Parts: sequence; C-alpha cells; structure tokens
Amino acid sequence: MAEIITGLTFYLFAAVTIASAVMVVGSRNAVHSVLFLILAFFTCSALFVLRGAEFVAMILVIVYVGAVAVLFLFVVMMLHVGENRLFQGVKRFGVVGVLVGVAVAVELIIVITTRAFRQDTPAVAANPATADLNVTEALGRILYTDYFLLFQMCGLVLLVAMIGAITLTLRQRDGVKKQSIPQQIERKRDEAIALRKVESGKGIG
Amino acid sequence: MSALLSSLRSLLLLELVRGMGLTLWSMFTGRRVTVNYPYEKGVLSPRFRGEHALRRYATGEERCIACKLCEAICPAQAITIEAEPREDGSRRTTRYDIDMTKCIYCGYCQEACPVDAIVQGPNYEFSTETRAELYYNKDKLLDNGDRWEHLIAANIAQDAAYR
Amino acid sequence: MIDLFLTVVWPALKILLTILVVIVPVILGVAYMTLAERKVIAAAQFRHGPNVVGPFGVLQPWADALKLMFKEVILPAGANKVVFFLAPMLTFALAMLAWAVMPITENFAIADINLGLLYLFAISSLGVYGVIMSGWASNSKYPFLGALRSAAQMVSYEVSMGLIIITVVITVGAGGFNLGNIVEAQRGLWFAIPHFPMFVVFFISALAETNRAPFDLPEGESELVAGYFLEYSSMQFALFFLGEYANILLMSAMTVTLFLGGYLAPFDVWFLGDVWMQPIWFVLKTSFIAFVFLWVRATVPRYRYDQLMRLGWKVFLPLSLFWVVLTSGVIVGFGL
Repeated sequence: MAEIITGLTFYLFAAVTIASAVMVVGSRNAVHSVLFLILAFFTCSALFVLRGAEFVAMILVIVYVGAVAVLFLFVVMMLHVGENRLFQGVKRFGVVGVLVGVAVAVELIIVITTRAFRQDTPAVAANPATADLNVTEALGRILYTDYFLLFQMCGLVLLVAMIGAITLTLRQRDGVKKQSIPQQIERKRDEAIALRKVESGKGIG
Repeated sequence: MSALLSSLRSLLLLELVRGMGLTLWSMFTGRRVTVNYPYEKGVLSPRFRGEHALRRYATGEERCIACKLCEAICPAQAITIEAEPREDGSRRTTRYDIDMTKCIYCGYCQEACPVDAIVQGPNYEFSTETRAELYYNKDKLLDNGDRWEHLIAANIAQDAAYR
Repeated sequence: MIDLFLTVVWPALKILLTILVVIVPVILGVAYMTLAERKVIAAAQFRHGPNVVGPFGVLQPWADALKLMFKEVILPAGANKVVFFLAPMLTFALAMLAWAVMPITENFAIADINLGLLYLFAISSLGVYGVIMSGWASNSKYPFLGALRSAAQMVSYEVSMGLIIITVVITVGAGGFNLGNIVEAQRGLWFAIPHFPMFVVFFISALAETNRAPFDLPEGESELVAGYFLEYSSMQFALFFLGEYANILLMSAMTVTLFLGGYLAPFDVWFLGDVWMQPIWFVLKTSFIAFVFLWVRATVPRYRYDQLMRLGWKVFLPLSLFWVVLTSGVIVGFGL
C-alpha cells in the first residue's frame, strides 16, 4: 500500500515538474514563466524528499526558491517584457535553441550514466548514507574531503563574480551628502542646542 | 573613555531599552485618556452645530415664516423651500427640505434665521443605513425640533448673552 | 471493508486529527493576536482598545471575521486574476504549513523530521512569494512598491537569520537540524544565555522578516497606504491579515524553540517539569515573545529604508558571521 502511494506521489510530482518546466518556456507572460520555474524548483525538491535526499531538497528550496528566484522575479517584474518582445526571435533562433537544448540533454545523459556520479564511485562508496550516518552528514563528509578543492573553487568563482559586479557598478561621486550614524549618535544635547533669552524686537543678532 | 561608554551604550541598545521601559510602564499605569464613547460622551459647547431642527413657539405654531434667507445663504445649497400663504393669511412653508449629505454644518442658516426657527441642535448621532434617509423633509425637521427643544432652548438661552 | 478502514481510513483520520490539534489552537491564537495587538497598543497609549463586543472585547475577532466574510470581493481592473487570488492563499497556507515541525512536547510534533529547522527556514523564506505575487498581480503602484520593498527586506534579513540558525546548529552538534534535539540540548541552559547577542539579533530579524514595526515599510501607511495588500478586500484581505499574524506567532515559536528552551520548564520543580505541562510552557513563552512583538510596535517609530538595509547588511550580517566563527572556535577549541 505504502509503496503504491509513494509511487503515485512520485509520478504526480514528476508530472507537475515536467509540465511546469514546459510552461516556463511556453508561457506568454514572463512573470508567469518565473512563477512556473519556481513551481518546477519546488516540485523538484519534493522529488528529492521522496528519494530520501532531504538536505538537498531543503537547500534547493532555501537557496533557489527563497533567494535566487526572488531576484529573477524582481527583474522580470520590473522589466515589463511584453508578449511580442518575448517571442520576437523565435523563428530566427528557434533552430539554434533546439540544437543547444539537445546538446545539453545529451551531455546530461552522458554525465549521469558515467561512473563519476554513480553509487559505486569510490568516494561515495566510502561514505554511504546508512542508518547511523544520514544524508546530511554523508554529503558533508564527501564535500569536505574528496571534493574539498572543487567545493572551495566554486565559492571563489562566485566571490570573483560578486567582486566583478561591484567594481563595475561602484562609482564615487563628489559632493554627495551621506549620513554618518555614529556621528549622529555621538552628538550631545549641549552641542546641538543653545537656549538664549531673546529680547522682544531685538532679534537674536 | 567617553567614546567607549557611548559605543557601549549603543551596542547594548540602552536607549531602546529605556524607551521600551517607558511604554511598558505606561501599559500598567491603568491610565486612560480617551472617552469610552458610546457609554461616555464629551461635553458639548452650547454653540455646537449638529443635526438640524425646525422649532415651534410654545403655542405649537411653527416659527418658520418662509423668508428663505437660509436657502439663500446656504453655501452648499442644501436647503430647498417652497411657500404659500395659509388659509389664515400667514406665510408658511409647504416644503422645507435639507439634503444632509450636502450640508457642511457651517451654521449660516441658523445665523440667518430672523425667528430662530432653523437651528443646529446638539445631536450628532444620526447616521443612517441608506442615503435616502438623509434627505430630511419638513416633518422630520419639525419632529427633530420637538424632540430636542429642551436642549436647544437651553443652549440658545445660555449663548444669548454673547449675541 | 473493516480491513480497508483500519489500514487506510483510520491512519488518515488520525493524521487529520493530529493536524487539527495543532492548527485549531494556532488559528485561534492568530485571531486573538489581532485583539491582543489592539489592546496592548491601546494600553501603551492610554486608550481603551476594543471593549464593546463581549466582556473586554473578547468577541471582537469573531465580529471582525464575520464582517470581512460578508464584504464584497473586488478584482481590480487589469489585475492578473489567477495570481491575484493565489497570493493570499499562498501566504496563509505557508504560515500554517510551518507549524508541522514545531515540537510542542518532548514526544509530540506533527512531523518529527530530521531537518525540521531547515524545513522551517525554507517555508519562511517562501513567504516572500505571497507578497511579491500580490504586489505584482494587483497592477497598482502602491502594492508594487510595497512588494518590492518587502521582498528586498525579507531576502536581506534571511541571510543573518540563516547564520544565526547555523550558530544554533553548531552548538547543538550532531542531529542539530532536528527541532526536538535543539530543545533537548537546552535542558540546563537555554541558548538565550550563551548566545544572548544572537537572540536579540534573531528577534530583530524576525521583526523584519514578518514586516512588523519598526520595519513595516512594505505597508507603511503614510507612504504606501497599505502596501502589497492594498487592493484586497473581503476574505482575501483576511487571509493576508491572518497569514501575517500567523507568521508572527510562528517566528515567536521559532525564537522560543531556538533560544528559550521550547517546551522546557524554566524551573523543573514539583509538577512544573511534567510532560503535560510542556505545551503550557510552550504557549506561555510563545505568547511572551509575541507580546514583545506588539510591545516593540507600541514603542519604536518606523525605520527609513536605507537604515533598514544598513542594519541588515552592515551590522547584523557581520555580527552573526562573527558569532558563527566565535561559536565554532569555542566549541572546537575547548573540545565541547
């Protein structure tokens, strides 16, 4: 009974994932596309949960849905991409797009079927997710031992991208008034206020 | 030293804590400055301009003589008056309507009235469920007058010294 | 027939009942949170607060609910219909969904999952979608601006919240993502004491995360009228309202679980530490933190937007990052 239910939920989520992935490309409204993308992410994480990879599922939701897709949505909402502009180059670039898609699909299939990502890889076999070693811990052990260098390099690549973006957009202008909060807090009443007795008709002079 | 103290003060959020203390204290004083409205009401000035009313003399004769000064002065043009001589020859209104949705409660009508007929009484609780109920006719206004006469008369008497 | 009942219907019914046992008090709590807010702020401002519907106004939430139910549902011209109606449902559903992993006694949570803390964090990070979707779907300027502000604010404060969560997980050690383990690790010493600065930072981030005063810029009524839910009426509005307050309660419960020992009794004497007292302690602590939410609203004026961002990125982020390093340093250094 339980297996049937699990199987059914798996196929339900898989169907939703594929359908929403199709809608990401096919939707006429750019914001709808992003929302379908989010749905696809979400159902993907549900699939991860069903396969027992809870940690990956949660991280997928937190990082991709909770942060990255929000920024996507932000940009798309602000751009106001119209329908005609969205489908402008379909005829010209359609063939190229399909070719790229096929290439990526083939690459993915090759990557998945090669040894590096299979269960019997030495690194994975050395740290199996067993009853007393859950997925999170097994993942951590692999990431911080065998793939440590690659893991750190990924981080560095992101750091470089961030620094690049900042240096490209940072500009210093003269004459910009800025608030200095420590300075404001430091100000005492005696420095800011002086009480004067003003005679009428004379002014403070 | 003073720099250290002040940075410590901002780090420990001392000012925030003091402010929170103040509101906490005021929560438990039990002091209440607002009026518990439907059960308690604020004091009204005798000059308060509330709901309109048409007054009568003590004999029961209506005061309004259809001079239409109020209709003329009304800045919102909320008042409509029609008049005909009565059988006894006196000038009286046949129609006296106030559109309360137009009225701006300026009080010009009662200032203009030579016989203190149209007045703005002390009643301010006359909200209705439909718009139509706010189109007052003569009957409604006279009824208001009868209902509030004692308060209106007292207010006019109290204010008479300043007129 | 009986077999089917025993294997399928009864377990399903049991799950449903368990969910109701948690959700009904939560919804009731949310309803009374609205009353509590009005009462607390009224008291702080020397006012009466609602006191006409029932003794001390206890029936006010029901009156409000009835009123909202009978209001007209308005769809603004040019609004995106599906997204417009989806957004409030999403907000409310997410606020309810998160309670599934909250440990209420030492042996009761609807779902006692290994990564409860991550689940909680994931659900609360999804909350931003209700806001963005409503702001965009309304096709109106104020809601859109409110949604933009809110999204940026929630994403910013999530970063420091994540780091604080990491601090707590490091302190708990193995199995630290399980909320039950986190609470059990606080037997003897609540994390609010060793991690006091993070407790404060977490609470302030929770204020920002739930768009509460002094960080209620997304709905800042003086500039944006009401912010992202400006165009909503009737039950759609009620769902946003309930979702917001449910999120406040959720964040309070999260603060309690992470820092104030969850369901644990503050002093384990006599019958106070018994299992049946644990839900009461949990509710009391959560109510206290929720009260602080209201208390802060009664005290502090609204932040300016650049100040808000400065606080999130330039103060809280370095501080919480420093604390992660410090905590792991202390734990590794002293071999705790």
